[in-house]
Amino acid sequence: MLSDRELFEQIIAILGPLAKDGSEITANTDLVADLSLDSLKVMEVLVEIEDRFDISVPINIISDIRTVRDLVLQIQKLLAEGD
Amino acid sequence: MGIFDKFQKLAETRQALEKNSSEFFNVVIEEVVSPTEVVINGRSVLLAGGNNYLGLTLNAECIRAACQATQKEGTGTTGSRVANGTFSGHVALEQELSEFFGRRKTIIFSTGYIACLAMLSTLVGRGEVILLDADCHASIYDGCWMGGADVIRFRHNDVYDLEKRLRRLEKRKTNVLIVVEGLYSMMGDRAPLADIAALKRRYGAYLLIDEAHSLGVLGETGRGLAEEAGVEDSVDFIVGTFSKSLGATGGFCTGNHPEFDLVRYGSRAYIFTASSSPSIIASTRMALKILRSQPELRHRLWNHANLLYQRLKDLGFSLGPTPSPIIAICCEDPGKTAEIWKGLLDRGIYVNMVLPPATPDGKALLRCSLSSSHTREQVEKIGDAFASLRQII
Repeated sequence: MLSDRELFEQIIAILGPLAKDGSEITANTDLVADLSLDSLKVMEVLVEIEDRFDISVPINIISDIRTVRDLVLQIQKLLAEGD
Repeated sequence: MGIFDKFQKLAETRQALEKNSSEFFNVVIEEVVSPTEVVINGRSVLLAGGNNYLGLTLNAECIRAACQATQKEGTGTTGSRVANGTFSGHVALEQELSEFFGRRKTIIFSTGYIACLAMLSTLVGRGEVILLDADCHASIYDGCWMGGADVIRFRHNDVYDLEKRLRRLEKRKTNVLIVVEGLYSMMGDRAPLADIAALKRRYGAYLLIDEAHSLGVLGETGRGLAEEAGVEDSVDFIVGTFSKSLGATGGFCTGNHPEFDLVRYGSRAYIFTASSSPSIIASTRMALKILRSQPELRHRLWNHANLLYQRLKDLGFSLGPTPSPIIAICCEDPGKTAEIWKGLLDRGIYVNMVLPPATPDGKALLRCSLSSSHTREQVEKIGDAFASLRQII
C-alpha cells in the first residue's frame, strides 16, 4: 500500500516532464493554467497513471480535476476501491 | 469577466494562422463543377480532401431519386422518427442496410455524428465500461461524455495495451464495450480488427466499429473493415455514415442482437431531432444500390490511393503507415504546414489542413482523400503539386 506521500511523488514524476522550464510542481499546481495541459494531454496522463498503478482510471474523472491535489485524491479513491 | 473571454486562446491561435494563410478561414465553394472540381475565390480548384470516396454526390441517378422524392414527399419531414418523421423511405433504407450487412436490425440517424452520439450514450450506462481507442473520432468521445458509463482509453491500435485494460476490468464483472474505427479519419490507418475481435471473444466483451470512412472502401463487397478482416460475426455493432461514400448526410447503426431495436426508445439523440428529409433518404438508397452493384468504383479508388501514396512516399514525405484513400502527410511545424497548404491552393489543389488538438500525437497534418471520380491525370497533378513544395519541409 502506497503512502499518500509516495503516491503524490509518483504522480509528480509522471507530470514532471510536462512542466515548462522544469518549474516546480506542487499540490496546488493547476493542470490547465500552470502546466497548459489540454484535455488530450490530461487523458494521456491518465493512461500513464493506469499503467504505473495497474488500475483502471476512467476519463470521466477529468471534470473533477483542476489541480494536482484533485488528481491525487481521485487516484487515491480508485486505489482504495481496489480497482 | 465576459462570456467570450474564455475564447481568447482560440482567438490568438486563429490570428497566428491568419497571418500565414488567411484563406484557411475563408474557403467558400462558389461553384461545384464535378465531384472533384470546384470554384473557390473565382478559381478552379481540384478537390483532394473531400471524403467523396465513390464520387456519388453528383451521380445522375442519385440526383434524380432525390428530386423525385422531394416532389412527391416534400423538402422535410418536420418531425422526429418517434412522432411524424418515419416515412416509408426511412423504413426501407433500414431494411436495405440490414440486408447489405446481413444483420437483423438497423437504425438510421440524421447525421453520422448523431449515430455515434446516440449509440455510445445509450448502449452502455452507469456501472458499465467503454474501452475506446485513443484516436477515436470526436463524435465517439462526445457520445461517451453524454452517457453514464466509465470511459477508459487504450493506446491507438495497441492490442497489448487493450488486453492489459480488459484484464484489469475482469474483476468488475460488468459489460465492456470496445470501440474502434475501420479507417481512422486522420491517418487513414486500419484497426487491427482480427486481434481485437479475438480479445473481445476471450474476455466476453462487446465490440462496436465505426466504419464511417471504410464503408464502400474496404472489404470484398464494400461492407468495411469487419468484412475485410473476416470477423463480421464478432462485431456486435457497426456504425456508419451516409456523408462519405454514400454522398449525402445521415448515419446508421446495424446489429444482430434481438433487443437492438430498443435503443430507439432509450436514445435522446434519436428521439429529439427531426428525421432525414425524403431527398436524403432517396439519394442514399440509390447510392447504396450503386455501391453494391459497381465494385469498379472501389477498385478505381484504390488504384488512385496506391498511386498517390507511392508518389508521396518516393518524394520523402512522412506518411501514415499504410496506403489508403486517406493519405496524411505529417509535419512537425504548423507554420510550414500552413505554407504548404497555401502553396497547394495557389496551385489549384485543396487538401485538409488539420492542426492539434484534432490530430494524433500533436502533429500538424495535410490530409488528402481521394475519390473514384478523380482521373489518373488529376491524381498525378496532386502529386506534382506536392513535389513542387517538397523543399519547404
